Amino acid sequence: MLYMPGNSPGMLQHAPVFGADSVLLDLEDAVAVAEKDAARRLVAHFLRVLDFGRVEVTVRINGADTPYFETDLEEIIPARPSAVRLPKCQSPGDVLRADALMTAIEERHGMEAGTVGIHAMLETARGLEHAFEIATASPRVKALTLGGQDLTADLGVQKTREGWELFYARGRVVMAARAAGIAAFDTVWTDVDDPEGLAAEAKQIVEMGFTGKAAIHPSQIPVIHEAFRPDPREFRRAWRIVTAAEEAERQGKGVLLVDGRMVDGPIVVRAQRLLDLGVLYGMKGDETA
Amino acid sequence: MRYEAAQAGTLESSDCLVTLAPSGDFSFEYRSGNGGLFAERTEAMVREILERYGTPCLRVQISDQGALEATLRARLEIALERALRKE
Repeated sequence: MLYMPGNSPGMLQHAPVFGADSVLLDLEDAVAVAEKDAARRLVAHFLRVLDFGRVEVTVRINGADTPYFETDLEEIIPARPSAVRLPKCQSPGDVLRADALMTAIEERHGMEAGTVGIHAMLETARGLEHAFEIATASPRVKALTLGGQDLTADLGVQKTREGWELFYARGRVVMAARAAGIAAFDTVWTDVDDPEGLAAEAKQIVEMGFTGKAAIHPSQIPVIHEAFRPDPREFRRAWRIVTAAEEAERQGKGVLLVDGRMVDGPIVVRAQRLLDLGVLYGMKGDETA
Repeated sequence: MRYEAAQAGTLESSDCLVTLAPSGDFSFEYRSGNGGLFAERTEAMVREILERYGTPCLRVQISDQGALEATLRARLEIALERALRKE
């Protein structure tokens, strides 16, 4: 998920080619106050005319505590991004307020209610404490996303390379998102010149259960993909487990053995999830089993 | 309606800088690295947008750094809205 400054046409027009699964067109931190109007209009035009292909497009709007919030929604919602990213969600009320405004805008523009989703950004201690309520405040909420920079500022701690200061917050975001049945996205790695640090962090957040991670530079995209791409041996084993489970079900057997080990329900669920992820990366289990 | 001078955009690659100034008449000046290849098409677009905003009498200067039409439209619209807001 690649962040792109909303006021940079040179970057926006190349949004589909960087290899990211999704792009986050930013109207918030990446745009100077004097250029908020220009970025908003530029993004709205690009959303209408640019073919983003299979790249999902999300727009990070300015927060509800700014004078730009409602105007951002007014201009961006009719241009139909997949979702808007709401910064600094503190409570379910923040989601409900955005939801009501979005519904009214969609209605005025002849759009089906709920066309545009919400990615709720949790970047304060208070927001994190309300993670599950925020995730379930509206069916529009498709993802929780951690804002590590603002959160560490709110906590009064430094953002370290190891990231232990975010360990609890990450666990909380994953747990709430999973409980609500929505996606969990991790925060950015800000040091573009430290791909090793990014690789280690990306591996950690994949193991914690995140379903995506934001990037601030195209060079970070392959590093993040590498962390999410299943290990080929694990993928082949997952394929054998799922295939064996399907066969056992056909034969009415409850217990099965794969590679000499007993396999039960949760293992099959995990294997299926890993298989689905591998298929997204173009992996094929049956060719190498 | 009254307008003040206003600008939008930049001189960065793939962008354009739109400058508007009050005038008793419409005038259009187009600078670009492609030798005016898109000058006619851009002028038609400018006239259409000015018409839509009800502001046919302005001096419009565009320095085009290879902007797509979407960028040109967005920059001109914002320049117009900034010119109006200053009233």
